[in-house]
Amino acid sequence: MIATESLSKRFPRVTALDRLSLDIGPGVTGLVGANGAGKSTLIKILLGLSPATEGRASVLGLDVATSGAAIREQVGYMPEHDCLPPDVSATEFVVHMARMSGLPPTAARERTADTLRHVGLYEERYRPMGGYSTGMKQRVKLAQALVHDPKLVLLDEPTNGLDPVGRDEMLGLIRRVHTDFGISVLVTSHLLGELERTCDHVVVIDGGTLLRSSSTSDFTQATATLAVEVTDSDACPDGTSALREALTAAGVTLHAGFEEGLPGAGHILLLEASGEETYDIVRDAVAELGLGLVRMEQRRRHIAEVFRPDAAAARPEGAARPADNAMEVQAR
Amino acid sequence: MSADTATQIHNIGYRTYEGPRLGRAYARRSLYSQSLRGAYGLGRSAKSKVLPMILFAVMCLPAAIIVAVAVATDLDDLPVDYTRYAIVMQAVIGLYLAAQAPQTVSRDLRFKTVPLYFSRPIERVDYVLAKYGAMATALFVLTGAPLLILYVGSLLAKMDLSDQTLELGQGLVSVGLLSLLFGGIGLVMAALTPRRGFGVAAVIATLTITYGAVSTIQAIAIEAGSTGAVKWLGLFSPITLIDGVQTAFLGAATAFPGGDPSAPGAGAGAVYLLVVLALIAGSYGILMRRYRKVGL
Repeated sequence: MIATESLSKRFPRVTALDRLSLDIGPGVTGLVGANGAGKSTLIKILLGLSPATEGRASVLGLDVATSGAAIREQVGYMPEHDCLPPDVSATEFVVHMARMSGLPPTAARERTADTLRHVGLYEERYRPMGGYSTGMKQRVKLAQALVHDPKLVLLDEPTNGLDPVGRDEMLGLIRRVHTDFGISVLVTSHLLGELERTCDHVVVIDGGTLLRSSSTSDFTQATATLAVEVTDSDACPDGTSALREALTAAGVTLHAGFEEGLPGAGHILLLEASGEETYDIVRDAVAELGLGLVRMEQRRRHIAEVFRPDAAAARPEGAARPADNAMEVQAR
Repeated sequence: MSADTATQIHNIGYRTYEGPRLGRAYARRSLYSQSLRGAYGLGRSAKSKVLPMILFAVMCLPAAIIVAVAVATDLDDLPVDYTRYAIVMQAVIGLYLAAQAPQTVSRDLRFKTVPLYFSRPIERVDYVLAKYGAMATALFVLTGAPLLILYVGSLLAKMDLSDQTLELGQGLVSVGLLSLLFGGIGLVMAALTPRRGFGVAAVIATLTITYGAVSTIQAIAIEAGSTGAVKWLGLFSPITLIDGVQTAFLGAATAFPGGDPSAPGAGAGAVYLLVVLALIAGSYGILMRRYRKVGL
């Protein structure tokens, strides 16, 4: 779907993309990078809106430098920022955008009704968008990118600003865009964890260069880290150490480090989940010791962490920054 | 009762679109007609129809009264020339422009809708042409409609057909030029700021300050006895530019102080026309530059 070959984009002061070569096939592909990694620049080039300094890129087999308009006819784009006028309804807005994509008036209206229904907007689509929740706005933004039935959609940070439930719904919707609608997706995020669950393939860029490109299953093995916290009990005054011993005995790999600087950091065990059975081992171990399980959760982690030379090695300085739950108040 | 079969909702699933994709030219036309309708509040909320419709009515009302008087008293000629009408009503035109130019362009900037256009087949030149065309057409409707009322009235009052038709033609060319000039200036002012209020203020200020300054200095020049200066001072405000062009080429009587002696002749008229055309081209150029920055 998308191929780039030593694509570079240099601005007078910064290099946004540095000889980036990618080959992205059909399916859902995640593009991960920190802010300023070059994600938006790449999308602009792929839409044929910004010429590359050097190198080549093609989308759907069309060269971005020469066939920008033809590409934009077959591609949908959902921007990261707000882009909805508050005084028109979702229906009016999406119909207008469909016509801007070249759909005849009748088709534009039919496709708008269909698409808004598919993204989960029903009666509210006749109301002015100013009164919509963030989740509804994101759905309208997605709908306008899908309304002309593109072959590929580029979604820029679609989960931004959503609460955890809204996030999951949006990710499910993105998954459906491919499985049910047959449209390939390139979705950007700065959270690797949420893309792992949605994408077939993840591309990580940093500083305009390719860090890694591989299918999601490769990642999952390296990244599934569990954080476990237990209470102490009368039988085991130090529940955490007792559990560590029990788990080590059961053959579970534990990460050496703790989460420095967080409340209760010394009480959190980080361990590698090699599969479903790890969860069972932890549950049984905790039950056997008679401890209270305060939490067991999958860690969403800083991108750079995935690329540690050795996943079990001590964490490099500054890399250990879980993206969520950092401020969670400990219940004990 | 077998109601369950009747009330079932069928999820027909996702349907792909195999129909035609009409491309850039169609998108440009759609954007043009949507913007033109929007300039009169059509297809938008009732509230946004109020102001443009009132101004349209105010613009046409004097023409209707003139026609009524002309028919009733059986005049031989219209009391107001076709070419003079827009000059007399310039305040209304200015208000309309100040209200609708920001409406036409600032909304897309303020709500950051512009990137959605440019991620589609439509390009910068299409967007600017559609918006500029829509604004100029809206102004042409505003300024041309009263001329048509005058024309119909003049025929009802049995005035000379060929004279009236020629004068109407001259009047329409004049307001056509005025629409392009004012539309360009208004959109440039409005596109510089995403804030609607600033846009309104900037348009009104540009039109009234330049006109006020030019007519004041012209009056002083007449007092000082230099009628030659009056002719060239008219170059510095949009409405006097149109006045100069139509006086030189479209058989209009000048509205400059001092009357005919201070009116631009063919030579000065050519300069007026060149300045008008340069301003129109300049407005287009500035709009193109403006939108180069905001794409995505």
